Amino acid sequence: MYKIAVIGDYDSIYGFSALGLDTFPVSGLEETEKKFVELASGDYAVIYITEAAASGISQVIERYRERLLPSVILIPGVSGNTGDGVAGVKKSVEQAVGSDILFGNQ
Amino acid sequence: MASTQINPTRMELTRLKKKLATATRGHKLLKDKRDELMRQFLDLARENMALRLKVEAGIKSANVNFVIARAGMSEQALNTALAAPKQAVYLEADKKNVMSVDIPVFSYKTRTADENDIYSYGFAFTSSDLDGAVKSLADILPDMLKLSETEKACQLMASEIEKTRRRVNALEHVIIPETQRNIKYITMKLDENERSTQIRLMKVKDMMLEEAHHYKEKQTVRAQDAAAAL
Repeated sequence: MYKIAVIGDYDSIYGFSALGLDTFPVSGLEETEKKFVELASGDYAVIYITEAAASGISQVIERYRERLLPSVILIPGVSGNTGDGVAGVKKSVEQAVGSDILFGNQ
Repeated sequence: MASTQINPTRMELTRLKKKLATATRGHKLLKDKRDELMRQFLDLARENMALRLKVEAGIKSANVNFVIARAGMSEQALNTALAAPKQAVYLEADKKNVMSVDIPVFSYKTRTADENDIYSYGFAFTSSDLDGAVKSLADILPDMLKLSETEKACQLMASEIEKTRRRVNALEHVIIPETQRNIKYITMKLDENERSTQIRLMKVKDMMLEEAHHYKEKQTVRAQDAAAAL
C-alpha cells in the first residue's frame, strides 16, 4: 500500500491535505532536498512537487527518473507556472526520438 | 581493416559466421522492438502532454479559488478547517510490461466509501469559497493520478528507446560490418593459401618427373642429333 506526497511551499499545497494526500511544506533548498530524498525512499509511489521547489533540486529528481517508483510529478505552484513540467515531457520526447518532433512549436 | 589480429583459420571462420548470423538476427529483432516502442511512446507522449496541460490548468484555477477562500477567512480558521483531513487516498501500485519495459499502473482507494466526502470541517465557520476550492482540487485528482502514471511511463520508455537505439546502431554500424570484414579477410587468406599449396604441388610434381625421366636432357640430345643430321 503506497501513499501520495505533495512537496512545496505551504501556500501552494495546503489544499491537497483536504483530499487525503500527505503534504510536506518546505522552504529552502536543503530542507526540500532532505524531505524529497526521505519521501522518495519511503513508501510514497507518487510525489507531487511544485515547479518552484523542484527547480533547485533537479539533479536529485533526475536520479529517480529511470526508477519504476516513485513517480515524481511537477505541478504549478500558487505563484504561477514556470513551464518546467511541460519541458519535462518535451525532454522525454527528445531523449527518445532525438529531437522534439511532437511539441516543437507549442 | 580489423582492429584486432584475427587468426585465418577455419575454426575462426565458423565462429565468425555464427556470430554474424546472431548479430543480424539480433539487429532485426532490436529494430522491430525500437519501432514498436517508438510507436507506443509517441501515443503516450501525446496523452501525457494533453493530461499535463489539463492538470496544470485545473491546479491553477484551484489555486485561484484557494486564494479567494483564504481572503475571506482568518488564517487560523483555515488551518483548523484543514488540519484534520477526513479523507485519505491509498495507492495500489502494480506494474505492466510493455515491450519489456515495466511501467507502473496505479489504482487508488479512498478511506471513506464516498469519494466526495472531502470536507473535513463543519460548514459553520468557513466561507463557501473554500468548499468550491476543495471541490475543484478533488475534481482534478483522478487526472493527476493518471498523469503520474503516464508521465512515469513516458520517462521509462524514453530511456528504454534510447538504449535500444544505441544497441541497434552499434550492431548496424560496428559489429556487423566488422564481422563481415573479418570473414572476408579469412576467406581470402584461406583461398590464397590453397592456391599457393596447389602451385607448390604442381612445381614439386614437375621436379619429380624431371628427376625420373630427364626430359630436359633428352630434349637437348634430340636437338643436337637433329642439328647433326642437317
